[in-house]
Amino acid sequence: MNELFLVRKNLFRKPVRTVLLLVSILIAFLIYAFMTSLVTSMSDFNTKPTRLITLSKINFTETLPIAHYDKISRMEGVAVATHMNWFGGYYQDPVKGFMPVFAVDPETYFEVYKEDLPLSEEVKAAFFKERTAMLAAEPVARRWGWKVGQKVPLNSNIFTQADGSRVWDFTLVGTIPTPPGSSQTGSVLIHYDYFNETIDIGRDRIGWIPFLSTSAEANDKVIAAIDQRFANSADETRTNDEATFNKSFAAQLGNLALVLALVVGAAFIAILLIVGTTMTLAIRERTKEFGVMKTLGFSSGSILRMVLGESLLLAFLGAALGVLLAVGLLAAAGSMPGAPPLHLATPVLWQSALMAAGLGLVTGVLPALAAYRLSIVDALSRK
Amino acid sequence: MPDLIRLADIDKSYTRGKERIAIFDRLNMHIPAGDFIAVMGPSGSGKTTLLNLLGGADRPDKGTIEFDGKRIDNLKENELARWRAANVGFIFQFYNLMPILTAAQNVELPLMLTNLPAAKRRDNVATALKVVGLEERAKHRPRELSGGQQQRVAIARAIVADPKLLLCDEPTGDLDRATADEILGTLQLLNRQLGKTIIMVTHDAAAAKFAKRTLHLDKGKFDERELAA
Ligand SMILES: Nc1ncnc2c1ncn2[C@@H]1O[C@H](COP(=O)(O)OP(=O)(O)OP(=O)(O)O)[C@@H](O)[C@H]1O
Ligand SMILES: [Mg+2]
Repeated sequence: MNELFLVRKNLFRKPVRTVLLLVSILIAFLIYAFMTSLVTSMSDFNTKPTRLITLSKINFTETLPIAHYDKISRMEGVAVATHMNWFGGYYQDPVKGFMPVFAVDPETYFEVYKEDLPLSEEVKAAFFKERTAMLAAEPVARRWGWKVGQKVPLNSNIFTQADGSRVWDFTLVGTIPTPPGSSQTGSVLIHYDYFNETIDIGRDRIGWIPFLSTSAEANDKVIAAIDQRFANSADETRTNDEATFNKSFAAQLGNLALVLALVVGAAFIAILLIVGTTMTLAIRERTKEFGVMKTLGFSSGSILRMVLGESLLLAFLGAALGVLLAVGLLAAAGSMPGAPPLHLATPVLWQSALMAAGLGLVTGVLPALAAYRLSIVDALSRK
Repeated sequence: MPDLIRLADIDKSYTRGKERIAIFDRLNMHIPAGDFIAVMGPSGSGKTTLLNLLGGADRPDKGTIEFDGKRIDNLKENELARWRAANVGFIFQFYNLMPILTAAQNVELPLMLTNLPAAKRRDNVATALKVVGLEERAKHRPRELSGGQQQRVAIARAIVADPKLLLCDEPTGDLDRATADEILGTLQLLNRQLGKTIIMVTHDAAAAKFAKRTLHLDKGKFDERELAA
């Protein structure tokens, strides 16, 4: 038996009360850890100031003629352009097996997204060579147990082949590593040419045109030139740079972060009051016991330690359970189809520890001081 | 027998609001080692206050308290706590056990303040419980025990660290005659067999008979003839 044993025993002396307190603390830390990690994971993606994207002006599901790509490639201020199509792909099950499959022009795609595709020359060559080749992000291949060299039948929920079939056979030639910040975490890449030749309707149309400008300073001019060129045509365009897109996204995240701070702040003030008053009452109920312990020879310092220890243990237990639950929820949310992988943001760990320490100290300090100052005569004369 | 305790010129008063209540005025007293004293007196005469002063749970306003030839009235708060742990066992009317701990854990509590290894602590706890005849109830919580059994646990807790002095404040005040006599018999045994010096406050003349002598306290003064005897 030692002080920690007594602290634990005392904390759970009224189990229902303690569990309710734990749940309220847990919820505050869960909200904090989950939301903070979500915001961090989402604003983590690599951006490149010279990367721009041209889409149909109508909306992003509208396609563009392939001729647009040829014209944009040759425009001044455009270093290299590529094009992508949304395949509407799924593996086996249209819901559970859904995955973002892109039909790409391999060589140019690898130039525009160089940083996001840390692949060996052999893998690249294998992908370029074979028209039915396919690359899959590591998490996707792992999830479905695909091995390199294997034939993978993918379905489309949009396109059909000339013979009416909706299944295409691809050969997995490699996997795409997904370090933190990678934009490729869920992607599957296939050849545009193969796709274009085998579909029965919608040929020679492309989804959107990502490209690199010669310099970020030239972005505004290039954007204006492209969108003017196709103005009043059957396929008008809207061009955006990734940085601007991300800036507005980040601004939205900023607002979200503010709302988050307010919600979490309110939750913490609420639990501070709840835990604080409960601890004060719980300690006051035990006045006589503290008097007895002091009579037995326990010093006022050790009584103070045990009361503070109790509020700290409560706060840390609640915080740990909340963060643990957040880890589980993040993993679950991150494994939903198409979601990026979500991890606990590392700073959440020490920030939670700090907040738990603060919570424990603030809620424990007054009852602990009261117990410290208590004289034996006063404590024992309580009925 | 040499004196275990000497009180010299003790003044003690409490202030309640603006009112000052004098309890002891130049109290002198000495208690030989091995004595068993019953203290009787009307309510408010200062019996509990006396026990608190003897046990270092409270301090006199003036005067000195010597225990085993050493002054304790001028010890610092922490030194006094350590002194209490080593030298005094307290037994209260309402037992004052920790409800969350088993009988054995309650008895072990004072040993947390010693450096005894775990095995030695277990031995001492078992011995103390055996002395009060409760070794079978070691795992029970206070609320699973009768009043008399709880008081036995409290006695075991008071003697486990082997103090010289036991201070009992109406230890049988809450018990029926038969149970009270068992408890008093145990105290008598501790006094006779183990040489514990015992000061017991009681309202019960039958209980006082278990002591070696009885002192009457009234308004902070002992009966001088009894004290001299
Ligand atoms: N902490 C305190 N503050 C103020 N007055 C006190 C305090 N403790 C005791 N007193 C007063 O001191 C006097 C002596 O109290 P004490 O408790 O020693 O009496 P007692 O002889 O033990 O009485 P009882 O038989 O009722 O237990 C009483 O008048 C009591 O009201
Ligand atoms: Mg009293």
